[in-house]
Amino acid sequence: MATKSKIVLERRKVVARILKDRGTALVVPGLGAPTWDTAAAGDHPLTFQMWGAMGGTAMIALGLALAQPKRRVLALPGDGDMLMGLGSLATIGTQGPSNLVVAVIDNERYGETGMQETHTALGVDLEGIARAAGFRQTATVYTEKDLEAAMPLFYEVKGPVFVNIKVTTNPVPNVLPPRDGAWLKHRFRQALLGDKAFE
Amino acid sequence: MKQKKAAPAWPKGIYEVLAAQNVRQVAYVPDAGHSQLIRMCQKSSSMATISLTTEEEGIPMLAGAWLGGDRGVLLMQSSGVGNCINLFSLVQECRFPLLMLVTMRGQWGEFNPWQVWMGVETRPVLERCGVVCYDVDEPDRVVETVAAASNLVFNSYRSVAVLIGQRVLGTKNFAK
Repeated sequence: MATKSKIVLERRKVVARILKDRGTALVVPGLGAPTWDTAAAGDHPLTFQMWGAMGGTAMIALGLALAQPKRRVLALPGDGDMLMGLGSLATIGTQGPSNLVVAVIDNERYGETGMQETHTALGVDLEGIARAAGFRQTATVYTEKDLEAAMPLFYEVKGPVFVNIKVTTNPVPNVLPPRDGAWLKHRFRQALLGDKAFE
Repeated sequence: MKQKKAAPAWPKGIYEVLAAQNVRQVAYVPDAGHSQLIRMCQKSSSMATISLTTEEEGIPMLAGAWLGGDRGVLLMQSSGVGNCINLFSLVQECRFPLLMLVTMRGQWGEFNPWQVWMGVETRPVLERCGVVCYDVDEPDRVVETVAAASNLVFNSYRSVAVLIGQRVLGTKNFAK
């Protein structure tokens, strides 16, 4: 298990910092707080925001990464979402997509249901699980310095990459993106594929 | 007595339909009924094959494939349908096309009682989740059924399951 450090990072600042350098990357935030974090950082047609599908975020990113091998694909699940889909880490490990990054925004809580502790609050080390599943590069981030040091992992280093980012439970205002799923899908596909989206 | 039979022709026919439909991501949980088809897909240069830890993973994976411009298919046994239920909400809310080829257990002369419940409930569960179901119980009809299902999925953007019955597959029997 990972050595416990004091948690100081604020989730909104973390997600804004990561997305500042997104370039042409495709971004898949998980339901709840990570989706609100990406909305707070600025809505974007190549961010597929989710209002459900808990446990499926990393797998959406895998399908996308296999379909778009020349694009960087960044999944941003929360810790509850990632814990619900732990098997997907094994599946990603066996596929080994070099363009895929799974970065967990880990506040050690189920935020939408009343801030109950998740298993990461009780010692489960997601980075260790990802490493054992075959991710090529892994890190756990506790500080701004760690985050800056990890930036090449997000957009440069050969993946699959797994980064666990420990963030505080300090409350942040809800910033809600559009929620019609079919519309979000069409918007994403049109931005990525152009007219081919509707063939 | 179990007799050794020649390999059936329909798995190759399914493979040809999938190739003609430009299916590029083949997600599966290993299954005896789909073993020939899976091997053919693994040898294909145009298809990626993705072995899953649970069928549930295949639903968001194929949604991601479609977001990225790829067509996909999910191969599974009927017992895996129950694993997918919550993630069908993603498919229906976003109207992702979804093609599932399901080999049936627990219906036609099943030997293992633990398979029966999910086998009997597979079609009602899928239909309650908004998935169109095509049953096929004759080997000669498998390929045309998969072709029709593929058209409905990729041209009409719907979720469709082809339920390949035990009359096609043969009933597994541990008592030799």
